[in-house]
Formats: sequence, C-alpha cells, structure tokens
Amino acid sequence: MTEPFFLSFLKALVVFAIALGAVPALVLAERRVSAFMQYRVGPNRVGPLGTLQPLADLIKMIFKEEVRPDGASPWIFSAAPAITAICALATAAIVPFGGVLVVGERRIPLIVADVEIGVLVALAMSSMAVYGLTLGGWSSNSKYSLLGGLRSSAQMISYELTLGLSLISVLLLSRDPEGFGSFGLRSAVETQAQGGLLSWNVFKAPISFLLFTIASFAETHRLPFDLPEAEPELVGGYHTEYSAMRFGLFFLGEYAAMFVSSCIIVCLFLGGWHLPFVADEVEVDGFGALLQLGSFLLKVGAVTFFFIHVRWTLPRFRYDQLMSLGWKVLLPVALLNLLVMGSLVALKVF
Amino acid sequence: MADLPFSFLFFSTVALTGAVNTVTHRNPVHAALWLVSALLGIAGLFLTLGSAFLASVQVLVYAGAIMVLFLFVVMLLNLEASMFEGLSSGRCASIVAGAATVALILFPLVEDDSLWTVPEPRFHAPASARTLSQLLFHEYVLPFEMVSLVLLVAMVGAIHLARRTRVSEGA
Repeated sequence: MTEPFFLSFLKALVVFAIALGAVPALVLAERRVSAFMQYRVGPNRVGPLGTLQPLADLIKMIFKEEVRPDGASPWIFSAAPAITAICALATAAIVPFGGVLVVGERRIPLIVADVEIGVLVALAMSSMAVYGLTLGGWSSNSKYSLLGGLRSSAQMISYELTLGLSLISVLLLSRDPEGFGSFGLRSAVETQAQGGLLSWNVFKAPISFLLFTIASFAETHRLPFDLPEAEPELVGGYHTEYSAMRFGLFFLGEYAAMFVSSCIIVCLFLGGWHLPFVADEVEVDGFGALLQLGSFLLKVGAVTFFFIHVRWTLPRFRYDQLMSLGWKVLLPVALLNLLVMGSLVALKVF
Repeated sequence: MADLPFSFLFFSTVALTGAVNTVTHRNPVHAALWLVSALLGIAGLFLTLGSAFLASVQVLVYAGAIMVLFLFVVMLLNLEASMFEGLSSGRCASIVAGAATVALILFPLVEDDSLWTVPEPRFHAPASARTLSQLLFHEYVLPFEMVSLVLLVAMVGAIHLARRTRVSEGA
C-alpha cells in the first residue's frame, strides 16, 4: 500500500458520502414503494415528488426532545445507537465501487480498504453491530426493549452461521491475481468479471445466493425477520424508549446496513460493477469508472428494491418459526451446499 | 519499553483496562462489556503484529459471537449486582490461591531478561489467511484435526448433558 494519504482520505470521504446519502434515498424509496404497493400516495408534499421528505424528517428528529427513561443506564443508552450506525457505515469501506482507475502512472483501486480479509471485516462489523441493539434494549430499562434486544442477539447468532457458511461456499470460487483463494470482495468481483454474464456467482452458486440473501434479511432485521422490533408484540422492540436523534441513529444504522448488505450481495453474486459489453475491463479511465459506478449502483438499487418489495409482501414469522427455519432448515442446507460446492471446486468443474 | 510502538501500548492498555474492569465491576452486564473491550484490545494487538486475519477472527468469534451469547445469558437471567456482594472465607481462600499461582508463574519470568524484549517472530511471512491456512492444512494438519476432534467430543458431550432426559416410558 503506497497510496498517498490524501487519496485514501478522499476515497473514504466519497464512500462515506455515498453510504450516508443512500440512507435518505432508501427511506424515501421505502415509503413511496410501500405506498404504491398499498394503493396509497405516500409522502409527496415536501419538494418535487416528495424528495425532500427525508430532510424534513431529519430536521424534525434533530429538534425533538431526547427522552431518557428513568433508571436507564446513561452511557450505554447513548452509545448503543452510535454503535449500530458506526458499524453499518464502516462496512462500506470494503466495498469495491469500481475496478482500477488509471490516471497517468497511478493505478487507483476504487475501494477504500483493499484488504485481503475483506468479507471477514463485514462479518465482524455486523457481529459488532448487534451490540447496539442488544445494549439499547437492555439499557432502556423496559421489558419490551429488553425482549427486543434479546431477540436481536439470538437471531443474529442463529443466522450468522448460515451467512458465514454460504459465504465460504461462494468464496471458494474467487481467485486473487496470483491464483490463490481470497476473502476480498475485489477478487470476487474481478473473478466474475473475467467471463461473461454466466460467470456471475448467482448462476454458479444459486443456492449460496439464496441462503446468503435470506440470512442478510435476518441480519439487517428486515421483514419477514424483524422480530427485534415487532410492533404488534413489542411496541417498538429495542428502540421503544428511544426518541429524537438517538432513534434517528438507529434508523440510519438500519438503512445503512441494508445498503451495505445489498452492496455485498451485488459484489459476491451479481458481478459487482461488471456488466457485459458496458463495463467489462478491470482497468478503466474516468469515463469507464463512471460506467462501473453506474452499473454497480444500478444493481444495488435493484437489490434494495427487492428488500423493500419483500418487506411489504410477506408477513412476519412467528419467533419459534424463525428459530426452526434458521437451525433446522437453513443451517443443514448451508452445510450440504458447502459440501457440494467444495466438491465441485475440487473436481475443477468451475 | 521505550522502543515499543505507540499502537502496541495503546491496544495493550485497552486490553488490560478491560480485563481489570471485568473482574472489578459488580454489574454483570458492565463486566461483560469490559470483557468485550479487552477482547477488542487483543484484536488490535494482532493487528499491530501484522495479522489482520487473526484480528478479524478475534472480533468475529470472541468479541462478536461468544460475547453476544454471554450477554444474552446474563440479560436473560437478569442477575442483580447485589448477588455478588460479600467476601466469604471461601472467596478469600481462592483469592490467595490465585495470587500464589500467578506469582509462581511470574517468578521464573521476572528473573529472565528476555521478558522485556520483543521476541523475534517465528514466521517472517506476513501472517495472512494464506500463510495461516498453509500452516494449518499442511504442516500442522494432524494437530489441527485432533483439536477439532476434541472440540467435537466436547460439543457432543454438551449436547448430551443439555438434552432432556426422558424417564423410561414403559420400555
């Protein structure tokens, strides 16, 4: 890594802006899409087509009073939303938004932290993010919050196994430039970019894709897995007692996590920035980099639309159904899938 | 001590502060959180040694999965801080025994000057996932498999103990 500091700083700033900017876009999309799905209009008053609605929400949240329940543990209560938001946003650092930008002599990989352990950082961050929920639930001094926090930690542990196993089965396919296996998302994308459309991992490893997507829904607490905040049972779950910007941070963390897991799904299974005939090359100039970024964000948009669509289509699981699905269905399937994928890679089918 | 890098001092301070607070805090949830910070400090130490892989696994497995389970159990049992009050004679005896054990372990080390110098790393290649897996699956494959067997036995034993014992139903 001989990258000058200002370049890393600039990249970090841009990626942070993208991840943070995605949140209001997603919130608006969620509200509008849900409205259209339910034959409502949705927020359309603030700004053209309601595009400034998230800004209005933000202003409202900043100016509302921060309420801390009696007997709540002050430090942990304040830190919990920040943990969730920070972990979600930090994961964006390992997402490759494009290939390698070539400017004169300099080759700039369009990724903030080009580390060989890539996906492990994402897993580590998502396993740390659950502390925000668990601690928020515990420190609120409320039984609904506590139940929400407990559910979130149990759910996270249960589905992380499936997430990790499906991840391994697809990482078996990716090769770094030296031909070794790699945990990096960049290697995963570049391996897929070497062939045509059919070399995308979603076609090579469809079961891994399915498992990973289901587990991602559970890890980001999206419906049908949103039991930590199931409104009919737990008022608001772990964030029952939160108000104003502390609640806003939880909200931000949730949507940022959804954005980042969409990015990871796109990188692992849908070829990342690769789009046949449009964005084929790894090394590109400025225009090519824009094409790559466009193709990447298009795919991420499609995946997040799927996330939103599922939320407004499926009913919520019952808690015991959630657990038996995780442990009795997804985990054995993930283990079998790993065995099959490992055998196929060993037999050099791929 | 002067030649130690700042990052090492920082992360070891984090780890030690966390460890001390883990055993001194009365509130079990706070103690568990301090243990998380100790584990994160150790992950940082792995990072300063150039092993990002071990660091991320440390965060993922210990600070992430295991401590979340710890916290889950602590919160589920809803332990009161007062349950840990009092210094019984048994506890005094265990404190003395513990201090004696630590002294016995430390005694030969303090005499040895090599304690205060950073030892040469055994493997000079960067401790990446690749070098680690080459060591684990080539050179040390037998010990590795044996350890996994031991873990499997422990797991089977735990499941057997936790299983609901069925009173013999007519058979």
